[in-house]
Amino acid sequence: MSGSIFIFYLLAALTLGFAVMAVSTRQIFRAAIYLLFSLIGIAGIYFWLQYDFIAAVQIIVYVGGITVLIIFSIFLTQQAGELLPKQKIGRQVFSALAVFCAFALVMLQLYKYKFIAGTGQAVAPTISNIGGQMLSIEEGGYALPFEVVSMLLLAALIGCIVIAMRSVDTSTQTELPS
Amino acid sequence: MLTPGLYHLLFISSALFFIGVYGFVTRRNLVTMLMSIELVLNSVNLNFIAFNKYLWPNGLDGLFFTIFIIAIAAAEAAVAIAIIINLYRSHNSIDVEQAEEMKY
Repeated sequence: MSGSIFIFYLLAALTLGFAVMAVSTRQIFRAAIYLLFSLIGIAGIYFWLQYDFIAAVQIIVYVGGITVLIIFSIFLTQQAGELLPKQKIGRQVFSALAVFCAFALVMLQLYKYKFIAGTGQAVAPTISNIGGQMLSIEEGGYALPFEVVSMLLLAALIGCIVIAMRSVDTSTQTELPS
Repeated sequence: MLTPGLYHLLFISSALFFIGVYGFVTRRNLVTMLMSIELVLNSVNLNFIAFNKYLWPNGLDGLFFTIFIIAIAAAEAAVAIAIIINLYRSHNSIDVEQAEEMKY
């Protein structure tokens, strides 16, 4: 067993193990930290697949952004050291059973299916290739989705501010300058 | 069989997907449900990258889908956390059992 294969299995075990711990622990802060390690494991799998750019984006956005956001919201909404309420054992067992059955069904179908690989010149996922195709307006270019996503991000940012803004009392509103 | 290939990656991504679904079904706290959704989205990203690597080497389309999913996931997490904080402010709890009426 060579080192590369060993690293792959290590990353896979790390990702899945931490994911299971993230959804099963009763301490919410620990759940966030386990989620962080699971996301780092996925970034490692991207590195293993030699998709360096996606791995970097994964670390920047998920590990650096979303997890920090989740930890902040935990601090804002949760009492420190408080355990999550215990779930009904029946609900847990039933969900685990249903999820396991669905997983087994998917895996059975997957191993029966023969995938056909595409042929042709391989394109390396380098940053120059990605950037060129992302901003290309010719066929196969992704300039329009790129613009749409940037508009969506702007709308989401404004929406966040509007939703989370403390509503001003109507009595004090007249005193504010316009 | 031991050499990692497409099927191993698909195994990881579907396992991650169903772990996320399990968390979403069993948890009753909005922040932990959001974490489960992040796991599900990550499994989809991994799926796209695996298919792009092994079945579609002459294009980068899976990679672009992954980038757009990451961007939309970031927007979704930000909006969800704004809603959660607003809900905590009005109900003093982020348990989904206690947020039954959809009144502002």
